[in-house]
Amino acid sequence: MELIICIKQVPDTAAKIKIGSNGKSIDLTDVDLVVSPFDEYAVEEALRIKEAKGGKTTVITFGPERASQALRQCLAMGIDDAIHVKCDEFETSDSLVTASILAAAIKTLPFDMVLFGKQGVGRDNAQVPAMVAELLNLPQVVVVTKFELISENKALAQYEVEGGVAVNEIMLPAVISAEKGLNEPRYPTLKGIMASKKKPIKEMTINDLGFTLEQVGEAGSKVVFRKLMPPPARPEGKVITGEPKEAVAQLIDLLRNEAKLL
Amino acid sequence: MKIEFTEDQLCIRQMVRDVMEKEVLPHVETWESNELIPKEIFPTFAELGLFGMVIPETYGGAGIDYISSCLVIEEIARISASLAITISVHNSVGCYPVFKYGTDTQKQKYLLPLIKGEKIGCFAITEPNAGSDVAAIKTKAVKDGDTYILNGTKAWVTNGGFGGIAIIQAITDPAAGPKGISSFIVDSDSKGFIISKKEDKMGIRASATNEIILEDCRIPSENLLGKEGMGMRIALDALDGGRIGVAAQAIGISVAAVEKACEYAKARTSFGQNLADHQAIQFMLADAATKIESARLLTLKAAYLKDNNLRCAKEAAMAKLFASEASIDVTYKALQIFGAYGYSKEFPLERYSRDARVTTIYEGTSEIQRIVIAREILKAL
Repeated sequence: MELIICIKQVPDTAAKIKIGSNGKSIDLTDVDLVVSPFDEYAVEEALRIKEAKGGKTTVITFGPERASQALRQCLAMGIDDAIHVKCDEFETSDSLVTASILAAAIKTLPFDMVLFGKQGVGRDNAQVPAMVAELLNLPQVVVVTKFELISENKALAQYEVEGGVAVNEIMLPAVISAEKGLNEPRYPTLKGIMASKKKPIKEMTINDLGFTLEQVGEAGSKVVFRKLMPPPARPEGKVITGEPKEAVAQLIDLLRNEAKLL
Repeated sequence: MKIEFTEDQLCIRQMVRDVMEKEVLPHVETWESNELIPKEIFPTFAELGLFGMVIPETYGGAGIDYISSCLVIEEIARISASLAITISVHNSVGCYPVFKYGTDTQKQKYLLPLIKGEKIGCFAITEPNAGSDVAAIKTKAVKDGDTYILNGTKAWVTNGGFGGIAIIQAITDPAAGPKGISSFIVDSDSKGFIISKKEDKMGIRASATNEIILEDCRIPSENLLGKEGMGMRIALDALDGGRIGVAAQAIGISVAAVEKACEYAKARTSFGQNLADHQAIQFMLADAATKIESARLLTLKAAYLKDNNLRCAKEAAMAKLFASEASIDVTYKALQIFGAYGYSKEFPLERYSRDARVTTIYEGTSEIQRIVIAREILKAL
């Protein structure tokens, strides 16, 4: 089984996000960067499939220089190969640009499955997996919570629907995107981390994949960021004092007329 | 000169931080109140490679450098000082002497189970009446055919309570003074090896510190580590690594205290402004951060020397002395910033202070570290 996993390096979910001086990007100074948590489920699933069926796992990312650290973490978890499509115009590229680049990189390799996290934490567009499937003309199941190979070229992929689950049979090669709960991702071991040093990361440019600078970043994107805003500050809470009976009446009044919750 | 972590050092630190926050943090308070780290979790840490960190891969270890192992111990101590010393001692004075001085047979028989986490390592020098004055130990090993018979009492043995592999220091030649001390590898299953009373400690209460009694404990003579009379040398060598580990542990405790103090200072108001806006609080935090950074640089320097097979007795002593004394001060100041809440068991500040206190005592007291440092600098002049 040839398994490809596409990952994205994102700010740690625990990081405090500040808006950059241009008003439309995140200031990454002092922010820890990690493999997007949903992508870790995809990496883990690929490792489990490989452990059961044999084959090879390759992780791909589209991103700036620093994204190599994220690839390194996947290698430390046990992934065999890594491809880094290096590009500084990554943050300003929209989902379709990202998907086009990833699809082009995937096409350079043999594959039976392409795995994604269901969305990159941070932007949370959740578009790239579906777009890549479309661009490669592959069947897809997204937001998968359970996955099982049932033959050489067939699998069952399950996702949650309102109040239940939907079980899909899917022909390979296919694209799946992983939801939390698909598995419990392993930690990289010290040995894995040491071994990852010996695994080379193959670097590619967008030119290698047939793209020009006009086709990426803001210039190549159909959706561009105009403005990023932090969530509005939480208004201060109200303390209601007085006798319980009156206080409750006042609370109900506030919930009904001010908060409009009742 | 280059002061920068490599990509794998950063990756190792991140991995340990994740493991600690997800797998250990939820249990820390229970471990401390139960005075026990459950043995069942050790194989998990062993699988990650934490039980034979600097042992080369050819012997089953993880083969990381001392600098990385400092980052590991610091990250562990940031969450649990008890677990940090358990793992540090296991590595530095449990695994290391067997790796460095053991024969191939000894390595096969004792090092592998240590690395796999099946056995926990400990090192027993201290006795009820011999601490800093190592040469005053009374435990004896008497040769009898192809065996040695060990008799004596060892006190304050970190990890002694788990049972496992103990490196026991005992006198083989009473006339030879310090040169008459030898090291033995003793399995706690041996007859006459008695795990005795658990020490009732001020801090690191989950760490298994016990007394060990050797009562006609007969072991095969092939369990002698190195040669007869080499005990002191083995101990001093292993303790360099142990001291670097305690320095890293002290730093981790300090880091935790300052992180909590900063959080609190930014959230709590007094006299109409955040605590963090009072200069008195800022100065405490600035001093604490400076001490942590100094301690870390000293510790990494010692680790760097050890990685390059250079002598590090002075640097390890300096790192341990400074980092441990700093941790007492830093944790007390952090507690002070918390005020009454710092004194409450509801917050971990009082635990940090109690945990930090031992770092100036074990693996050589601050006074012993000063003797080591003075000896080295006077010798050099």
